[in-house]
Amino acid sequence: MSLNHFIDEALSPWMREEGPDSDIVMSSRIRLARNFSDVVFPIIADERELRRVTDFIGNEFADKSFKEYENFEYVQMANLSTIEKRMLIEKHLISPVLLKRTGTSAMLISENEQVSIMVNEEDHIRLQLYLPGFQLEETLNRAFELDDWLEQKIDYAYDEKWGYLSSCPTNAGTGMRASVMMHLPGLVITRQVNRLIPAINQLGLVVRGLYGEGSEARGNIFQISNQITMGKSEADIVSDLESIVRQLIDHERKARKHLQEQSGMRLEDRIFRSYGVLQHSRILDSKEAAKCLSNVRLGIDLGIIKEISGQILNELMILTQPGFLQHYADGVLAAEDRDVLRATLVRERLLMEN
Amino acid sequence: MECQDCHERDATLHFAQSVNGQKKEVHLCEQCAKERGYLSGQEDGYSLQDLLFGLFNMEPASQKTEPVSQKEPTRCPKCGMSFTEFKRIGKFGCAECYYTFSDKLDPVFRRVHSGNIRHQGKIPKRKGGSLHIKKQILGLRSELQHLIEQENFEEAAEVRDEIRALERKQTEHREAGDER
Ligand SMILES: [Zn+2]
Ligand SMILES: [Zn+2]
Repeated sequence: MSLNHFIDEALSPWMREEGPDSDIVMSSRIRLARNFSDVVFPIIADERELRRVTDFIGNEFADKSFKEYENFEYVQMANLSTIEKRMLIEKHLISPVLLKRTGTSAMLISENEQVSIMVNEEDHIRLQLYLPGFQLEETLNRAFELDDWLEQKIDYAYDEKWGYLSSCPTNAGTGMRASVMMHLPGLVITRQVNRLIPAINQLGLVVRGLYGEGSEARGNIFQISNQITMGKSEADIVSDLESIVRQLIDHERKARKHLQEQSGMRLEDRIFRSYGVLQHSRILDSKEAAKCLSNVRLGIDLGIIKEISGQILNELMILTQPGFLQHYADGVLAAEDRDVLRATLVRERLLMEN
Repeated sequence: MECQDCHERDATLHFAQSVNGQKKEVHLCEQCAKERGYLSGQEDGYSLQDLLFGLFNMEPASQKTEPVSQKEPTRCPKCGMSFTEFKRIGKFGCAECYYTFSDKLDPVFRRVHSGNIRHQGKIPKRKGGSLHIKKQILGLRSELQHLIEQENFEEAAEVRDEIRALERKQTEHREAGDER
């Protein structure tokens, strides 16, 4: 497989667009949990009932187009290889929970991969919509349109008091999880992040590191999302989240400026060392790759590295994960072999920029 | 078995209530039953209870073909989940669970949603019509409750008929929705 084609697979088309504040906010996402009113929830439903849901979705929505998102493709999890499923997770198009019932779970996905709808995850329907950069409000508006479109065909489980009835009480009400993915190297280097995360948690928002195990942030990428889904409207939840994200952006910009002014040489050294590692290493584990990619991305954003395009971080973060590496190698790889292939891939990718 | 309202005293009264064709079990201590208006203030109010069963479309548990066991926990009629199981796995088995455990959910939601127990957001477009009916029914039910407390049974019967008419409309709405 050619590297070009491979990269095309890693980056969803929408990720190539620049969004507002995309030097710090990589993407905005809205996820809505919905259920059929007359079918038992997936955790307890038998195969026949789950099939009713997947068949209905497949029949009603596959190849149908909704607005500018192109036609929806209907993909049954059972028809995918282990590596393909893993790649979908690494692209954040599906969650690992969807694979719990591989035989009876499915997804609808728009051609540009902006919209994906998981079928028989924890709830019957989990629709999610992405936009590049910081534009939560617009993402919410579009997610609502999509929700209305689905609702014409699906009788949702809904109650006036409890809102959208979800399998987990933490999703009841709006069923909405709004989140942004942020690159915060400045706050990590200046150690402000340890102080900010508990404060943000206290405001009813969740901060977690992305691509890391547990809460460890790999590549200084954090996901910030709402925790509460009941008692506040979707628009209010989004605007609360927006105001916190706006403040984080300001803090991050100040931290970057401070680093450049106070310890410019150290910062440059850090960035160019990482660049060197990515250009020349022969063995690269995922943790080091993430760290170096974050530094190089910071260098690009600060104008210190000029010859590489900004989207390379997003792209390589995805490309260098186990699922994609094994897809590229066309087979299962041991960890050490993955580290070697990762180094090779990154080197080749950087050469393409010149 | 504990009373499902106060969770303190033992439930001594067991009803089977039908709401829109769905059977629901109600277990209450005497005090809570009084507070809900199921019993009059007098201690010998059990005869009144029979009248109330009629008004609320309820039947005493003892006369039912499927007896309500006092040891078995209330299970969701659709998916079979009990409240204990719900607490253990932290997930509802189906939409009906919300109604089955309705009187125990406020503390659950209060805990996970910072004190909030009511949805304030989006309303599905298509369901808007039946929601309106539902709201009317809720209003009439509290009116009915009030009339019964005042022992104004004549008017109570009228209000009950109104509720039934609305419930029929609600069912039609639902069936029309299912035909799509
Ligand atoms: Zn009680
Ligand atoms: Zn249930």
